[in-house]
Amino acid sequence: MNLTHLEKLETESIHIIREVASEFENPVMLYSIGKDSAVMLHLALKAFAPSKLPFKLLHVDTTWKFREMITFRDEIAKEYNLDLLVHINEEGVKNNIGPITHGSKLHTDVMKTQALKQALDKYKFDAAFGGARRDEEKSRAKERVFSFRDQQHHWDPKNQRPELWNLYNTKIAKGENVRVFPLSNWTEIDVWQYIYQEKINIVPLYFAKERTVIKRDDLLLMVDDKRLDVKEHEKIENRMVRFRTLGCYPLTGAIESTATTVEEIIIELLESKNSEREGRAIDKDQIGSMEKKKQEGYF
Amino acid sequence: MDLEKFFQNQNKKKQVKILTCGSVDDGKSTLLGRLLYDSQNVFVDQMDQAKIESEKYGTQGKDIDLALLIDGLQAEREQGITIDVAYRFFETSKCKFIVADTPGHEQYTRNMATGASNSDVAIILIDAQKGVLEQTKRHSFIVNLLGIQHVVVAINKMDLVNYDEHIFNIIIAEYKELIKNFNFISTKYIPLSALKGDNVFSNFENTKWYSGPSLIETLENIQIEEEGMNDAFSMPVQWVNRSSSDFRGYAGTITSGKISKGDVITTSSLNSQTSIKSIYGPNGELDEAFINQAVTLTLQDELDISRGDIILRQDNNKIIKVDQFAAHLVWMDQDAMLPERNYIFRFNNSFINGQITDLVHSININSYEEIATKKLNLNDIAYCKIALNKMHSIAPYKDNHQLGSFVIIDPYNNKTIGAGMIDHALRRSTNISWHEMSINKETRSKLNVQQPCVIWFTGLSGSGKSTIANILEQKLHTMNKRTYLLDGDNVRHGLNKDLGFTDTDRVENIRRVAEVSKLMLDAGLITLVSFISPFRSERKMARDLLEEGEFFEVFVSTPLEECEKRDPKGLYKKARSGELKNFTGIDSTYEIPENADLVLDTKTNNAEELADQIINFLESKKII
Repeated sequence: MNLTHLEKLETESIHIIREVASEFENPVMLYSIGKDSAVMLHLALKAFAPSKLPFKLLHVDTTWKFREMITFRDEIAKEYNLDLLVHINEEGVKNNIGPITHGSKLHTDVMKTQALKQALDKYKFDAAFGGARRDEEKSRAKERVFSFRDQQHHWDPKNQRPELWNLYNTKIAKGENVRVFPLSNWTEIDVWQYIYQEKINIVPLYFAKERTVIKRDDLLLMVDDKRLDVKEHEKIENRMVRFRTLGCYPLTGAIESTATTVEEIIIELLESKNSEREGRAIDKDQIGSMEKKKQEGYF
Repeated sequence: MDLEKFFQNQNKKKQVKILTCGSVDDGKSTLLGRLLYDSQNVFVDQMDQAKIESEKYGTQGKDIDLALLIDGLQAEREQGITIDVAYRFFETSKCKFIVADTPGHEQYTRNMATGASNSDVAIILIDAQKGVLEQTKRHSFIVNLLGIQHVVVAINKMDLVNYDEHIFNIIIAEYKELIKNFNFISTKYIPLSALKGDNVFSNFENTKWYSGPSLIETLENIQIEEEGMNDAFSMPVQWVNRSSSDFRGYAGTITSGKISKGDVITTSSLNSQTSIKSIYGPNGELDEAFINQAVTLTLQDELDISRGDIILRQDNNKIIKVDQFAAHLVWMDQDAMLPERNYIFRFNNSFINGQITDLVHSININSYEEIATKKLNLNDIAYCKIALNKMHSIAPYKDNHQLGSFVIIDPYNNKTIGAGMIDHALRRSTNISWHEMSINKETRSKLNVQQPCVIWFTGLSGSGKSTIANILEQKLHTMNKRTYLLDGDNVRHGLNKDLGFTDTDRVENIRRVAEVSKLMLDAGLITLVSFISPFRSERKMARDLLEEGEFFEVFVSTPLEECEKRDPKGLYKKARSGELKNFTGIDSTYEIPENADLVLDTKTNNAEELADQIINFLESKKII
């Protein structure tokens, strides 16, 4: 009896998630509200059924997420009776840090990377699940499933622990932590097929709808609230668009699409010629930028 | 597009995990780039980025360097090499491929073993211009050692030898000779040019003499057996699920065989039996479950089962409970492996302390020769005997990769420092069991009216350890305390007279003294140990042998210059002249304690005052 590819991925992820619950004192699941987080949460619920999740969820809120994401997050937390923590970098809020005024690099560093570190330190989490996949980006391809971080949360690509079989090294000293990636071996199409087969709820932003957008630097940006400083020459228009990945709304480009169901998204994806990170402003700062961010403590 | 049909087809696709082995110059990244590109798994924006990078780093002139689709980290792109294990994904109409891409240079053994541990098939790249090289030998050796059974030999750069059939045949003959003692089930040979795309997916124009399948067809058609399907059921308990008072389930991933509702089972640590009440898979209740499935089992009777136990069928005779076994090791750390040093062995669902007791031989992976050796360095492979501090259920690696593999963790810094594959169990210790005596440490200390402990002095030769320990013992004696002083020099005249001063012998020296001090403690004595004990690992090992509050590390802190100035036995002089080898502080390391219980400064206080400091310390700890 051979398992299908998706069943093998599912089994592997469940094994990883259970391993963390068994070996760490205070794990947390980073919940970014996106489709990968939705799949990761779904797998975790399966891993421990009929019990409740034996850990909390954490959302690092940059205060610039799409409004629909926040609504969806709160609905999911309620539906599955989750212990959801939300962390905002108050220091950043005080200094009015934002992607429009300060640029994507500083905003991401302060409101996402630093905020994440603050939250991990505050709650003394020793392991944090993330939904990253190895197929997303070249520097992710070398990431371990259990990725060791020192007390400053730094990632050292040259000094990673060898990872053999499924014998993960869960030993850490006080103050150190690991980032755990249960979806390491999933690809984008695997994720969508699983969402389809398992009927997993995802944020409506993934589906095409008439949305109010402007075009800026080749990105179609949604006018999600008044903070988007629409310039005089920029035309506000309604277009049928959806999002392939979700992040801070002024940094996340929409794509023109008519896909309104998961089936249609998958068909669109199969016919697409661009990768999913294409719409992300932060990856494009410079070649190797993701690697730099990871070394500094970004997920 | 018919999506239902698409999904049906997707679910039929086999998952194939591949390891690619080759050196920097073999064109491995180019081949991988070619596989991704020709299977249409590269997006336009990724291709655009590769174009930009090709202009900056490329090696193919104006053409896009396909290798740049693969090379991941910035540091290595600039050097034009890959430095670690990276995972790639691509699919064809029949298969989903997960590729572990490992470099062939310096760190090859460590990285290749890592990639191989999770692969079904190995692609071994051979440069047609160079033929079978030393590296081909070592790549093949590691592939075989890690139990990969299917090998595809990709003879690359055929374009540079005019697609010469004769050269292809010579390489095949050489390779067949090389692997005659290996356990590969299938070995296929394909003439390729990754750069030009010949025979990767199709295009046989240049090798009309070759009638076999392309690389991709070969990979698609390999029959990968699910090993262990027909073995008796086993499942290591990973997590105990207690959702309510009436639900108690055992979660884990099945490591062999199948299980049905009602089957009778036992566990690795109990003699009693019970039967399976229910089985839950990822999608709810099941009647039966198979190897590799992640499940939760509930049992008819309540048994005392926890993580570390293995649920198995009574007739499972491949899994044996022992505390000693023989295994192949791959050493992965800069710090050498020393026999008798204490390490953590990570098995499927447990972490157990133990030691490598015998280094039987190491293996030269270029010549396959067995070599007698005293320690293992980074990337060494060896055959060893291992003793665990408690009994554990294992299986030979060839029968069960999940229960027959382990990684080794340094208890001092938590690094992963080695990996192993169990060859067979050693049963010799099963007849010796620990006798629980009726008179024990507690009853003896009661009679002695004292709290026994070990005071462990560490420091350089000539730092003043023995002088202070001697004064301390006199003071304790006048206080009517029962003591014993174990002195390095004295013990080396008797118990340890067979040991020298190499790192390996120093580890064994301390191990024996630690064990003796444990016996002394057990006898109820305040035990003073005065040994240089240069390595943190062994001091930690000594500490770990005892209970919390029984071991106190005293660092006699005297700088090297000061010790050398005093040189009471004239040893530093001899060491400096080269007359004395492996002398701590001169040509052998002393690792300064980071968490000593007490640090004594011999420059500000004399020995008498320092002994009093220890007395005060012992009083504060309520030892005396």
